Amino acid sequence: MKRALLTGALTGAASLAALLAAPALAQNVAITHAKLVIGDGSAPIENGTVVVQGGKVVAAGASVPVPAGIKTIDAGGKWVTPGLVVAVTDLGLVDVGAVEESNDSDGDKSPFSAALDISAAINPNDLPIEVSRAGGVTRAAVAPIGTNSIFGGQGAIIDLGADPDAVTVPRAFQYVELGETGARRAGGSRAATYALLFNALSEAKELTLAPAGPRRDDVLLTRRDALALGPVVTGKQPLYVHVERASDIRMVLGLKREFPLLNLVIVGAAEGWMVAPQLAKSGVPVLATPLTDLPNSFEQLGSTQSNVGRMKAAGVKVSLGDFGDQPRYAPQYAGNLVALTKLPGASGLTWGQAFAAISSGPAEALGMGDRFGSLRPGRAGDVVIWDGDPLEVSSGVLKVYIDGIEQPLSNHQTRLRDRYATPAEGALPKAYQW
Amino acid sequence: MKLLRKPALLLAGAALIAGSGGIGLAKDKKDDSPAVIAARDFDKNPYPSTYHAYPGVPTLITGATVFDGEGGRIENGQVLIADGKIVSVGGAMADMAVPAGTVRIDGTGKFVTPGIIDIHSHLGVYPSPAVEANSDGNEATAPTTPEVWAEHSVWPQDPGFSRAMANGGITTLEILPGSANLMGGRSVVLKNVYSRTVQGMKFPGAPYGLKMACGENPKRVYGSKGRMPSTRMGNFAVDRATWIKAKEYRAKRDAGKLETRDLAMETLAGVLDGTILVQNHCYRADEMAQVLDMAKEMGYHVSAFHHAVEAYKVGDLLKASDTCAAIWSDWWGFKMEAYDAIPENAGLLYKAGACVVIHSDDENGIQRLNQEAAKAQGDARRIGIDIPDAEVIKWLTFNGAKAIGVEKLTGSLMPGKMGDVVLWNGNPLSVYSRPEKVWVDGALMFDAANRKLRPVSDFELGQPGEGDVK
Repeated sequence: MKRALLTGALTGAASLAALLAAPALAQNVAITHAKLVIGDGSAPIENGTVVVQGGKVVAAGASVPVPAGIKTIDAGGKWVTPGLVVAVTDLGLVDVGAVEESNDSDGDKSPFSAALDISAAINPNDLPIEVSRAGGVTRAAVAPIGTNSIFGGQGAIIDLGADPDAVTVPRAFQYVELGETGARRAGGSRAATYALLFNALSEAKELTLAPAGPRRDDVLLTRRDALALGPVVTGKQPLYVHVERASDIRMVLGLKREFPLLNLVIVGAAEGWMVAPQLAKSGVPVLATPLTDLPNSFEQLGSTQSNVGRMKAAGVKVSLGDFGDQPRYAPQYAGNLVALTKLPGASGLTWGQAFAAISSGPAEALGMGDRFGSLRPGRAGDVVIWDGDPLEVSSGVLKVYIDGIEQPLSNHQTRLRDRYATPAEGALPKAYQW
Repeated sequence: MKLLRKPALLLAGAALIAGSGGIGLAKDKKDDSPAVIAARDFDKNPYPSTYHAYPGVPTLITGATVFDGEGGRIENGQVLIADGKIVSVGGAMADMAVPAGTVRIDGTGKFVTPGIIDIHSHLGVYPSPAVEANSDGNEATAPTTPEVWAEHSVWPQDPGFSRAMANGGITTLEILPGSANLMGGRSVVLKNVYSRTVQGMKFPGAPYGLKMACGENPKRVYGSKGRMPSTRMGNFAVDRATWIKAKEYRAKRDAGKLETRDLAMETLAGVLDGTILVQNHCYRADEMAQVLDMAKEMGYHVSAFHHAVEAYKVGDLLKASDTCAAIWSDWWGFKMEAYDAIPENAGLLYKAGACVVIHSDDENGIQRLNQEAAKAQGDARRIGIDIPDAEVIKWLTFNGAKAIGVEKLTGSLMPGKMGDVVLWNGNPLSVYSRPEKVWVDGALMFDAANRKLRPVSDFELGQPGEGDVK
């Protein structure tokens, strides 16, 4: 955050505009008369106030005093929420998905797998980050997705601030594909997947116990990959496991019998509702793909829109993640889960639960619940002011703060929008209108 | 500029059709008995629709907010459906001749729209489960395949049809071949009602479409095979050469000089006749402008540009050519030609007076076209373009019907049209609203309150979720 002004000055041709648009240092600010959403699952608070000082939330609620002399913004009844937290994205890795050379989400020709550290590839200036920020997303988990192994490598936790310091936590978790994708990569069968996984974790364990010692002569993993899995085996680094099928989820939960220290997070879980009691009992967080309701593969035959609602009702620590397309759609997905509560026979989430599922829920699953994801005191000053109900599709974002710094919301899209507000060319071609 | 020739609406099943200029093979102009016409024109409709409306009861919805699909909004409105048709639509005091035995539904606090129409779907040709064995949407073995027909790929047991109805209120959809080819083949318009056969789903009277594609996909697919086209200029050259051939074929046909049938040329001649509507996948503004010139050069009309993420740059051209833009609200950036997509696309097109259609191209998006439209409405509002809800609903109903040539049959709540109606449990432009009841041709085909009134495809029987009804 601190180098924001410098970034602006360095951006070359548009330097003056960029400098003017560049975020200031963290401000102390109070936002009053807000329809205030804490993000912890509670219902919105009418006429609420949030106070941000030193880049952090110091107070938020109904009768919060505004410190003397602090800059105050009157929200005039508008919705004010914590920034959105989106888990398991490719933000920062991709300019254009189908332009291979601009896409770092796939390393399938790399000789390494678990050792890959995605934080090295993250570009804080990429357009998807800017567009997502303008949609109210302030934090994300970035997962490496494709390697030639079941291990995708080590993901990172980032903020979406307009500054060069995107990475909050590098090597925040290891990502592994089990299920159909994992089976394909492991040799064509789930049996191969689990053999590979158990072997890899065993090699990592051996190396952890004797880092300097000689390795067995039948190892499959490179030393670097095995070393990278050390913190997974000891539980210091969470293991994100992508699975969809109920039987695969049961297998994952069973991994702890062999490796008791594993710190698991389950991603996907289309059939999670079928094993909801076991998931709840395990306490393993689930980052569920919301609204998957088609049997799009044989590991998703049990897909239902009620999946998240049913898991929540069973006591699973479930929030939203891994929805494949743009992170700024998170509120739409959450809103749809609220819509389900009005449908006979369906299970959804209350409004408060739904918003938590895209803010504090994923933050907690990432192990960052005390750092961001809600407006509880001590959390980062990530605040969004909306022009309507944030879960409603017609609503938009008015202001975004990250760590107490107001963020620029313009980007390639908004510039095109402004240029073509009147499509006809004027005295000079459109290229001169900027 | 009247290149647009709306097709004479084909009749379901039976003989087709005076005036559509049947093929010249052994044509006997003296004998116009139905049997002879049918024999002569068998190639015009060899896989006829066997769809039939299911039984319905006369139904009167009262007290609802009604969006008629053509921009009209009635508060506290009434909609009467009987004999499979819209009978009348009006305010609370409207004088309606309500038949005996009419079922009355209290629509207080609820909303009524025409059945939602998606003019860009691959349900059935790329069904769930998305396994290779089911992947039937692109005949990617030659850059022009106007001879293939999407209906020959449609799997009528795709579970996606049920979700499209239950969550999206979809009653009519156009299934298109994919965009690997410059000319991908014929589309088919379906009623969203399961049947044992594709013929049993075919929308009676709907014209065929021709799927075309410009830009990245054809040049990538064929360039990577080391054959033409490998560039955008190659795309145009292949298209133009094919159209020239089609014009020659058509001239020969009209002169009664054809010696053999050519399935590809039959489709293209149908486009030149104006009986088959061009549905053109195209992202970039500059390419759309060139395609419009090609259409002029060759003598056809582009009914709609699909995806059209840069349509906002050329709304004036689209309006002048009476070509709809069938778009997502805010898909963006996934490929180079989608780089300039903006969420205000629909709003700017609306402001330019062009025809906006919201489409899905996606088995999930088709379940939420109403939400996509609402997103576009919100993004328009934020730049000062206020679009009434009733106009936005038109993007999902009448405009789509027009783009696929069925606007005289469905797409709005005008008396006499098909009884394709959705009762929503709230404003359909809210994320919190869902279809409560869906009628197709006056028959209640989905009822959120009645588990048995929800379709479950063959594929899902006995599966864990069983069509998301468990």
